[in-house]
Amino acid sequence: MKPAPFDYLRAMTTQDALDALAETGEDARVLAGGQSLMAVLNMRLAQPRLLIDISRTEELNTVRVDNEAGYLVVGAAATQGSVEWREWLVNETPLLMMAFPYISHFQIRNRGTVCGSIAHADPSAELPLVLTALGGEVVLRSKKKKRVLAAADFFQGMLMTARAPDELVEAVRFPLKKPGERYGFTEFSARHGDFAMVACAAVVTPDSISLAVGGVADRPVVERWPYLKGDDLRGALNDLSWKLGAQDDAHISAKYRRHLVRQLGWRVIEEAK
Amino acid sequence: MSKASSNTMRQGETQRVALTLNGRARSGLCETRDLLSDFIRHELGATGTHVGCEHGVCGACTVHIDGVAARSCLMLAVQVHGRRVDTVEGLAPDQTLGDLQQAFQRHHALQCGFCTAGILMSCADYLQRVPDPTEEQVREMLSGHLCRCTGYTPIVAAVLDVAARRKQRNESPEAVHA
Repeated sequence: MKPAPFDYLRAMTTQDALDALAETGEDARVLAGGQSLMAVLNMRLAQPRLLIDISRTEELNTVRVDNEAGYLVVGAAATQGSVEWREWLVNETPLLMMAFPYISHFQIRNRGTVCGSIAHADPSAELPLVLTALGGEVVLRSKKKKRVLAAADFFQGMLMTARAPDELVEAVRFPLKKPGERYGFTEFSARHGDFAMVACAAVVTPDSISLAVGGVADRPVVERWPYLKGDDLRGALNDLSWKLGAQDDAHISAKYRRHLVRQLGWRVIEEAK
Repeated sequence: MSKASSNTMRQGETQRVALTLNGRARSGLCETRDLLSDFIRHELGATGTHVGCEHGVCGACTVHIDGVAARSCLMLAVQVHGRRVDTVEGLAPDQTLGDLQQAFQRHHALQCGFCTAGILMSCADYLQRVPDPTEEQVREMLSGHLCRCTGYTPIVAAVLDVAARRKQRNESPEAVHA
């Protein structure tokens, strides 16, 4: 055993999980796939008093297309693998399909959840980036109420979100593919499957470009432009690379990060065009 | 199990976890914070599963949970109550190596063998889903494992070989009838 001691609740219903969250609040952590949380517990970077295991909460283990609202809705206990291996994901949310191979490894995606990655809010993670790029939504539920936040309002900083201590990320909603939209995704990391140094996702329509960048600022950032080309696009990418406030770290310099934003940004936009 | 009610377990308390390990009903005692990897080795005595980094990077401890490959160091023992767990021991049920293991032997796809149990479990799951993978797909799947002996090349060869042999075996009856 490596984690510090904790109480454990296997929640078989959403209500049981919400009751426990209402009672324990900040001292509780929700365990879904555990592919980030278990590592954090093993290193004792977190020492919660209560672990609320929702991995077997069947009503949260759902992935469905809501054609009326135009969303792919992924429940809190649904694994990344259960979305990645959907037969028609390429028609539903192509950008998600492009991003999955970059998310860690097959063995991790088998168990890691989509909502867990969103709730963890690592600034270099792919799923928060895709959700932000598409303008998706996060469904938060507490014992008292349910609220829905736009991705841009949900992510508030490095590993920080708008989730209150008694709330559960019950589901996330990825907008379905829209006619005329084209997509691009790429990232740069030391090795395939490692954390991205810079990750870029583009959504291009005949008259607009939006580019989402992860791994640079403290959260995914989206920039929207008209359908720019050539030097105008290069100039816009350069402005964006400075605006993101890249910093030096142990791996790469701020200058190199800006370079990656310009190059990868160009590449995904051209790929999407 | 689906009708089971929620279950709370206090820290320090031990509880019996019952599971199916490689097709046999087994049970053992654990605390809330016992990792599945340690539980399999220490409590159930199945030491084929190896423990490397203990935070999900190296892949040595990969097992199947209800048929799906996952890191046992990133799961708690209590989480597998009532579930099916398969480990490398299950690949050679009668002390005879399975076809995947034989391919590893033929291609010298291991040297020290520490990482091998996890790699075999990943390959077993992956080949069920993608029976005829490309070299690129095999390398992508293996990216979730660290091996410091082989340089991966013989592992890739072994996986492609076993996929080809399985394909040939599945197709040969048709060829005879044709």
